[in-house]
Amino acid sequence: METVVTKHSSRSLVGRDPWTIPLDEIDLAHPAIWQANEFLPFLARLRRDDPVHYCAQSSVGAYWSVMRYQDIMTMEAAPQLFSSEPTIGIVDVLPQFTLPMFIAMDPPKHDEQRKTVQGVVSPNNLKNLEGLIRQRVITILDGLPQGETFNWVDRVSRELTTQMLATLFDFPFEERNKLTYWSDVATAIPGAGLIKTYEESFEILKECLAYFMRLWRERASKPPGNDLISMLAHGEATKNMPPMEFLGNLVLLIVGGNDTTRNSITGGVLALNENPQEYQKLRDNPALIPSMVSEIIRWQTPLAYMRRTAKADTELGGKHIKAGDKLLMWYASANRDEQAIERPDEFLIDRDRVRQHLSFGTGIHRCMGNRLAEMQLRVLWEEILPRFQKIGIVGEPVRIYSSFVKGYTELPVRIIAR
Amino acid sequence: MPRITLIEHSGKEHVVEAKNGDSLMTTAIKNRVPGIDADCGGACSCGTCHVFIDAAWMSKVGESGEFEEPMLDLNPERASNSRLSCQIDISDELDGLVVRLPEFQF
Repeated sequence: METVVTKHSSRSLVGRDPWTIPLDEIDLAHPAIWQANEFLPFLARLRRDDPVHYCAQSSVGAYWSVMRYQDIMTMEAAPQLFSSEPTIGIVDVLPQFTLPMFIAMDPPKHDEQRKTVQGVVSPNNLKNLEGLIRQRVITILDGLPQGETFNWVDRVSRELTTQMLATLFDFPFEERNKLTYWSDVATAIPGAGLIKTYEESFEILKECLAYFMRLWRERASKPPGNDLISMLAHGEATKNMPPMEFLGNLVLLIVGGNDTTRNSITGGVLALNENPQEYQKLRDNPALIPSMVSEIIRWQTPLAYMRRTAKADTELGGKHIKAGDKLLMWYASANRDEQAIERPDEFLIDRDRVRQHLSFGTGIHRCMGNRLAEMQLRVLWEEILPRFQKIGIVGEPVRIYSSFVKGYTELPVRIIAR
Repeated sequence: MPRITLIEHSGKEHVVEAKNGDSLMTTAIKNRVPGIDADCGGACSCGTCHVFIDAAWMSKVGESGEFEEPMLDLNPERASNSRLSCQIDISDELDGLVVRLPEFQF
């Protein structure tokens, strides 16, 4: 799709030498380097030479890049100083197109709203869902073509996470693709293909709101259930939520539960193909699946960063941060930080302290759905191993144009049966 | 060396020798007691080393701290005797301590 990209007109880093480029020309928020999969050496350069890096000029304004694991831990421990308001993406969208959601709220409101919905993804609830998830995984895997090339993203990653989302919302199953579509619209960059402007994306999300309002009214009139809509409709902190806030939190749950896990499902297949010795280790010892799942999530880092906004003048890594400054906490860099993680550039499914990555963030905003994501990946691999000798990659993956969502639209694979 | 008893959700007991100065979380990890994840490595910022303190020990162990409280507060299983084990330092005072582990970490 050839559309002019207007939001990121500054110079792309693709093809530049990461070790000689002047520091002030490094604009990590430019999506091109992420789509081209050439970002890692730039992250390494900044970790070495300028771990709290100021980018004064970019098409999305000035911002700091925080590269080191420890500095991000410091920020996440101080949510009052490093605020999640008004938004956690780099772009300050016009207020009329900004959806209120608890990921972009500070305490106490964040805590109240999060507490209302987190029960649905709590391990106790997930325990009841595991059988259903496994059944759906089995149906998807048994329906895959053998001996021919297909797109793993569409047939497995997308399909499984969409079904999961429909289950959590108790959303009409035959219309489940709407959820994925809304999720994609909500994170799409205007001009990059799916939508042209924020206005357009907002109009589409209003359809999403109308749809969910119907479900809301239906659930509100019934006794409380275990799905997310019912929880929101009956929860003390959420039942009188204004429509836009309802929409905001829906979008958050749809996006949070969707492309992150989708891209880790794809990223895992990619990582195992690029590291055949680890794939063999896994076949030899399937008990490594839970540990591998954590390593896949570190390796993929499905969200490259989260943004915070300084509430007051402060200091970080020896740099003076001013009130109002934007800071991007690059999880994608922290997860490769040699000061925090041993042999960070190796994919090791049996590494020590494998859970100690920052893909879920940390502190009060730590990913609420982390156990659901891990469970989906674990069940998937528990069912893949007895079925297939190998999911072989037979073509180049296609990555999406975003510095925020690290993901794929295509991964051509061919299955080798056992 | 203080002796600590950790009881899994299933009821299985682990009596371990702890080292003064270690945290309760570190003690559990060193002794391979299952049920403590400690994803953040003891920085009081993930909430995955949640334990329940035996009622008799609450006064000696003490209340949750300023940074611990917000993390505990977001845990749906939080009870009045909930603590994050990375924030409890082992000392002779705690010889005989009994804690219970939740079914799941969040």
